[in-house]
Amino acid sequence: MDPIVTFCLRMGDTTLILGQQTAAWCGHAPVLEEDIAFANMGLDLIGQTQLWYEIAAEAEGKGRTPDDLAFFRTERQFLNAQLVERPNTDFAHALMRQYLFDAWHLPMQEALCDSSHEAIRDLAQKSVKEVRYHIDRSRDLIVRLGDGSDESRAKMQGALDALWPYAGDLMATDEVEETLAGQGVLPGLDRVRRAFDAETAATLSRATLTIPENGHARTGGRTGIHTETMGYILAEMQSVPRTFPDARW
Amino acid sequence: MYAQLVETGAAETSEKDREFQEKIDRGVRIEANDWMPEGYRKTLIRQISQHAHSEIVGQLPEGNWITRAPSLQRKAILLAKVQDEAGHGLYLYCAAETLGISRDEMTEQLLSGKAKYSSIFNYPTLTWADMGAVGWLVDGAAIMNQVPLQRCSYGPYSRAMIRVCKEESFHQRQGFDVMRQLCEGTEEQKAMAQDALNRWWWPSLMMFGPSDKDSVHSEQSMRWGIKQNTNDELRQKFVDQTVPQAEWLGLTVPDPELKWNEETGCYDFGEPDWSEFFEVIKGNGPCNKDRLAARNKAWDDGAWYRDGLTAHADKQNQQIAAE
Repeated sequence: MDPIVTFCLRMGDTTLILGQQTAAWCGHAPVLEEDIAFANMGLDLIGQTQLWYEIAAEAEGKGRTPDDLAFFRTERQFLNAQLVERPNTDFAHALMRQYLFDAWHLPMQEALCDSSHEAIRDLAQKSVKEVRYHIDRSRDLIVRLGDGSDESRAKMQGALDALWPYAGDLMATDEVEETLAGQGVLPGLDRVRRAFDAETAATLSRATLTIPENGHARTGGRTGIHTETMGYILAEMQSVPRTFPDARW
Repeated sequence: MYAQLVETGAAETSEKDREFQEKIDRGVRIEANDWMPEGYRKTLIRQISQHAHSEIVGQLPEGNWITRAPSLQRKAILLAKVQDEAGHGLYLYCAAETLGISRDEMTEQLLSGKAKYSSIFNYPTLTWADMGAVGWLVDGAAIMNQVPLQRCSYGPYSRAMIRVCKEESFHQRQGFDVMRQLCEGTEEQKAMAQDALNRWWWPSLMMFGPSDKDSVHSEQSMRWGIKQNTNDELRQKFVDQTVPQAEWLGLTVPDPELKWNEETGCYDFGEPDWSEFFEVIKGNGPCNKDRLAARNKAWDDGAWYRDGLTAHADKQNQQIAAE
């Protein structure tokens, strides 16, 4: 596969699956303001997905649409990072998953603002404003709930312990990223990891949370190896178009 | 209609009450700090909070399909719509708070089952076509009710409704567009659209509340300028607007008594099953228990989050005090 296609699917699949998981909170969050905020982030993520899939579909040149990519690929063909498919166990997990994603997503989008690939550069310049707002919000909540009550600290620490091992999958690279880095499509990739480490070290310390010592052990999403939750996410998301494959909606 | 069977307080006969009524009759808006009769205040609190609760519970039947929307665009539109409902709930809770009740009190009334919300949200959304039918019919009926409420005598409610109405008309159009796409689609899609209309038609007519002759609270609410039209007037308007749209879509309204009346220039139509309506209001609709359970679960599961934020704010305040 053209490395551009693979890379755009890695990005678009990650924003789609997180958007899907985020949107599921609408009507079920702890306060009305969070219903609204989660819907808002979900909307941004789904919008970004459409842009990534448009670039992927065009580069691929097989006449597939963004909807074909979202609804007619199988679990092994999805290339999202494993972090975003981790379940909506509780609101602490949802917030921590969002924060760890944002801590990677912002430096990634900032780097892509200087991409040599015009469509990717345009996408990043549009998305980076949304992403900046997302991390302001999620960083603030991580600090307030980490340094909150005993119970809220325990909840946030539990979520961090569960999710930290998956954060590395966001930054996993292989020959696809290396090729694109060499072409200037992915400039400053080395800075993304450093920015993630600096952001999380500072914020989690302010939140009085402890970074687990087991490191970022879990990877594989970028090559289509997922966790057991992924199949259910796709089964739900794809159920209507797959039941009526000839229909337009 | 998002507020049904709102119990109305009685008017008093003091000098102040008479002056208040004159103000209403002159079309002067009542603001939060103005004197108002207790009955007026209580009626508004009941109506606005019921309306707000309807928006909040109303997230659930549509939220049921966000994760299963069949295209990325439909997913985004539906999510934006449900987000708007939550936003409407927020404006309305704020409007009610100007009358001296807190959001926590209103939430408590909803969760305990003491406060009502619109009967319509106790029906299940069973297929994707329900996202079309709900937008087209339920939001269509809501607009019928809410457009006149923009002229409600109470300023904060009136202004909230002006914002809400702008968004509701977009919701109704997107619902109709979902239906249009289905009706232009495969046989299975058309059948899905017809099935959704069959299930949502009568509950939508019930949204306007019982017939005028059985509506005990309307009269005083109308004198106070809280309500502008009777239930039957609004229901007739809704039928007259919606039937031609159904015909345009090629769908059949499930009412054998529906007939154009040359004389009145309106449609004649059958009577909804009011025993079903009162059962739903009493808590025996298909989804009453699920809806309240979902709201209670969200609230209970989120207690640690709200307590955590309060604890953090307390620490900050202590720190500021110590400095």
